Amino acid sequence: MKANGTVFKYGDNVDTDVIIPARYLNSSDGNELAKYCMEDIDKDFAKKVQKGDIIVANKNFGCGSSREHAPLAIKCAGVSCVIAETFARIFYRNAINIGLPIIECPEAAKGIEAGDNVEVDFDSGMIYNKTKGTQFQGQAFPPFMQNIIKSGGLMNYINAKEEE
Amino acid sequence: MGMTMTQKILAAHAGLEKVEAGQLIEADLDLVLANDITGPVAIHEVEKLNKKTVFDKDKIALVPDHFTPNKDIKSAEHCKCVREYAYAQGITNYFELGEVGIEHALLPEKGLIVAGETCIGADSHTCTYGALGAFSTGVGSTDMGAGMITGKAWFKVPSAIKFVLTGKPKEWVSGKDVILHIIGMIGVDGALYRSMEFVGDGIKNLSMDDRFTIANMAIEAGAKNGIFPVDELTEEYMKEHSTKSYTKYEADEDAVYDETYTIDLSALEPTVAFPHLPENTKTVAESGDIKIDQVVIGSCTNGRIEDLRIAAKVLEGKHVAKGMRCIVIPATQKIYLQAVDEGLVHTFIHAGAIVSTPTCGPCLGGHMGILASGERAVSTTNRNFVGRMGHIDSEIYLASPAVAAASAITGKLSQPSDLGL
Repeated sequence: MKANGTVFKYGDNVDTDVIIPARYLNSSDGNELAKYCMEDIDKDFAKKVQKGDIIVANKNFGCGSSREHAPLAIKCAGVSCVIAETFARIFYRNAINIGLPIIECPEAAKGIEAGDNVEVDFDSGMIYNKTKGTQFQGQAFPPFMQNIIKSGGLMNYINAKEEE
Repeated sequence: MGMTMTQKILAAHAGLEKVEAGQLIEADLDLVLANDITGPVAIHEVEKLNKKTVFDKDKIALVPDHFTPNKDIKSAEHCKCVREYAYAQGITNYFELGEVGIEHALLPEKGLIVAGETCIGADSHTCTYGALGAFSTGVGSTDMGAGMITGKAWFKVPSAIKFVLTGKPKEWVSGKDVILHIIGMIGVDGALYRSMEFVGDGIKNLSMDDRFTIANMAIEAGAKNGIFPVDELTEEYMKEHSTKSYTKYEADEDAVYDETYTIDLSALEPTVAFPHLPENTKTVAESGDIKIDQVVIGSCTNGRIEDLRIAAKVLEGKHVAKGMRCIVIPATQKIYLQAVDEGLVHTFIHAGAIVSTPTCGPCLGGHMGILASGERAVSTTNRNFVGRMGHIDSEIYLASPAVAAASAITGKLSQPSDLGL
């Protein structure tokens, strides 16, 4: 499986309050939430983002609240992958559970700029910056988490395990 | 190699004699929690599961506390979804308006969580119960939903940072100052993926409410959980509030910690976190002249009775500054009633503050005190991110109830000593 798209680049500690502000949490519809995704950090994100685009950020992406609405808003906005130096732990779990691909890779976070065209190979964990002609080895998920992703999320994984 | 406090609890709940940092385990859960924002998403997710009934109707807590009393139609629909699910499943611990309080103050008060237990909650501040010597951590709605049906959750066993607390805090220095100081020291990702384990003879000088505040904000350093050992005070609290039996865990003497910090509580000063991260800490004394428009005293971090007592002690016989909006929110009905009985509510209202029914409300910019552009708040809550309490050009200064109350009186960032207290 591969992702390919244009990069939106952010800094350290992008929190879930700016990914999807609480004033919109009276909805839990992903497509509705996607309209306001990143609004408080990047006002025009929802207008600019194209299907397949990639978010790249520095450390502690997704810190703060446990709201699953945050990865959901990003996924429903059309983002194909989030690459960061590190992720906050609840966001990390939530992204896996809802099927938003994420990769930790400090080198890629440093070597990719806004507007770059980037391809990600999820099987190998390789990240290709096609604009700059550079490549980075991202951290692949442990097999247990890969199984959750392959099952199509935590709920399907639990159903499959039950049937075994 | 020995185990940390957290590792021992996780091992016991995974049916293992020993676990190591980095190991993936599946643990049995003693309590699974959601609120009115995260609950509906979890309830929708569990529809996908083959098994439809909850694992134990007594071990689930559904607490509609964020946008209640229902702030708008959409929020009312969310609460209705949670209510109907709770009734359909026969969930014991669903709390309706009149019983409901802020979840992380309510559940310990109701005795639903005790030492040695494991808890996941679809709310990041679920780490609060570490104050009781439990393993508790925040998760998203899907994890919560899965836990609600299966009674289990997967965890990567965390490594830990040890904080040795010594000495006794000065007057007007509380748990909030301790945790703000620590976050300022290690940063908002300083404990990422790890446990924060608090030990040392200074703990005996921290009240249960102080410990709840400290454990509550472990997430603000990125931690998986924060945890305190069980001492006489903890046991007294649990006996008063719960009929459940509890288990005391202590870290092995040869437990390995990634880092150890020693903090002399007597050296701490009233501390404030400047916008827009909880790690931007300064002492109030070195903060300079910051004009304040609104003060919020409440939340899962600082809405407990002791917090209200401290705020009332500062506000007693005084009045908030002209133009100041001071909002006091007792975290539970029991605390509210206690504040009425002790005359604290009388003090607040006479001082020109308002007292609200329990709600998370303003902490997350939900309702009951939203900030306009350019406005500044001193708040006893837990996050000062951009736009957290309202407009993206508003500012939040996180502080203790003592500092918040003093700031309400002067109209600028202040501490009780500025008032001659």
